[in-house]
Amino acid sequence: MSPRRILGKIALAFSVVIIVSPAILFFVWMVSLSIKPEVDNASYPPILIPDRLAWKNYAAVLTSNHFVTYFFNSLIVTGTATLFALAVGVPAGYGIARMRAHKSAIVILIARITPGLSYLIPLFLAFQWIGLLGTLWPQIIIHLVVTVPIVIWIMIGYFETTPMELEEAAIIDGATRWQVFRYVALPIARPGIAVAMILAVIFSWNNFVFGIVLASRETRTLPVAVYNMISFDQLSWGPLAAAALLVTFPVLLLTVFSQRQIVAGLTAGAVKGG
Amino acid sequence: MCEQSIEADTGFKQKYWLRSYWPFVIPALVVVLGVIIFPWLFTIWMSLNEWKVGSPTVFVGLANYLRLPNDPRFIEATWHTIAYTFLSVLLPLVLGTFAAVVFHQKFPLRGFLRGLFIMPMMATPVAIALVWTMMFNPQLGVLNYLLSLVGLPAQLWVFHPGTVIPSLVMVETWQWTPLVMLIVLGGLAAIPAEPYESARIDGASFWQMFRYITLPLITPFLFIAAMIRMIDAVKSFDIIFAITQGGPGTASETINLYLYSVAFVYYDIGYGSAIALVFFVLIVVLAAILLYLRQRMHWSEAGANA
Repeated sequence: MSPRRILGKIALAFSVVIIVSPAILFFVWMVSLSIKPEVDNASYPPILIPDRLAWKNYAAVLTSNHFVTYFFNSLIVTGTATLFALAVGVPAGYGIARMRAHKSAIVILIARITPGLSYLIPLFLAFQWIGLLGTLWPQIIIHLVVTVPIVIWIMIGYFETTPMELEEAAIIDGATRWQVFRYVALPIARPGIAVAMILAVIFSWNNFVFGIVLASRETRTLPVAVYNMISFDQLSWGPLAAAALLVTFPVLLLTVFSQRQIVAGLTAGAVKGG
Repeated sequence: MCEQSIEADTGFKQKYWLRSYWPFVIPALVVVLGVIIFPWLFTIWMSLNEWKVGSPTVFVGLANYLRLPNDPRFIEATWHTIAYTFLSVLLPLVLGTFAAVVFHQKFPLRGFLRGLFIMPMMATPVAIALVWTMMFNPQLGVLNYLLSLVGLPAQLWVFHPGTVIPSLVMVETWQWTPLVMLIVLGGLAAIPAEPYESARIDGASFWQMFRYITLPLITPFLFIAAMIRMIDAVKSFDIIFAITQGGPGTASETINLYLYSVAFVYYDIGYGSAIALVFFVLIVVLAAILLYLRQRMHWSEAGANA
């Protein structure tokens, strides 16, 4: 190996460390904050690894503040909004791709550009008139603003790349449009559906702005619950960091295990709602 | 061109063919009408009314819009938004391109490290913001400790009007550089190997290859990244709201945060709707400027080559 190549290798290794360390150090510090007793979190200079671990930070979060209720609220809102988006968005992506109605994607683009708060004002009033406030329904419905465009956008892109030959063959064999979709197009599109679902779940789970306006005390989702903890127990960092970690943990887990799908989906359209 | 010839061949059949896909689209159309189109039309209507929760609604025409130029808080928020957006596009673009070039090389554990690198953008923004708030703490925060290690004076970060926007941009950059990296990485993957091989034979340095081969070829991807980044940065809400709520004072109040206060703290729905519309127009204008720049660069490149 020439000296120049060795130098290149060292430069590369150094660059990799520089690039990756902000992310790693942040999450390491987040974990550290969450397992340190109060004394260690308040010490200066800061301590990275404490002498004794304070698992009671996690116990405090899980037992208090309705954390379990909020977890299930998040699960219901994200789950319902994602499933519903898949139910309407996958066929729509198929229809748009097959009709080559690319101009309809403009609506998706507008949805992408619009700030989430702009939807909140009219929908908040609408929910108030219908009398839905106080239930989880307003949040489920408004999360569709996030999930439906993601699913349609990704599915249009996906169905455009799937081969038409099989579908044409099925039609010649006398299959109806619906049968072609159900038994030919849908099974091939499974990887695309996975991408759409993962991104919809993540961006719905992470959504905060809809919750702060629409959630009442019982209907908070996790991001809103965590935000409210900042305002009330500002002094104890341990439980706060533990709560933050618990909220984002499912998403980080999903990121690690489905990195390929996330990368594919984000580079295909990078549709994020809210 | 190809599509047209197919259409000409089977004109009648094609029409029947296309129409029969409508049932697939209709459910989504209903949802989009309900949660995207209806709110938009309703927002336009509300913006023409004096509409406050608890008092009768009066049609006032464009009065809400005329209030905007005379609202110092809105003007100030607009400047904050522009400064915040400019920095939050520029920094991730530069760092993300650098990261993409690095991740384009082969090295051990690349997939795993890329996974770690994209975690900030997938993590729940509010949870992230919470930890950053602790790190920004002037007395106990780890950031001031890190500064002291390299001999720099302690900062007030988000607790001082002069440093709050750069501090928030730092969080935004940390969070969204990965997205730029992924987009540019897609661009790098599409570049053929030949130009590099001949450049290497001619003895070009790494920097020269980047400047004269890579950069021109990834420019379209940089524009896409800049566009997406701009749209997200303008609308940025979670991070700013959770860390500073627009403070100290109104030093980090962007249009989006001001919109929240007007609509859901003061319940001035009509005025809030007008802000929402102007805000949307601002985003579209910024996107148009980026497209225009892209076009201009395209032309000047073509001119230089000819």
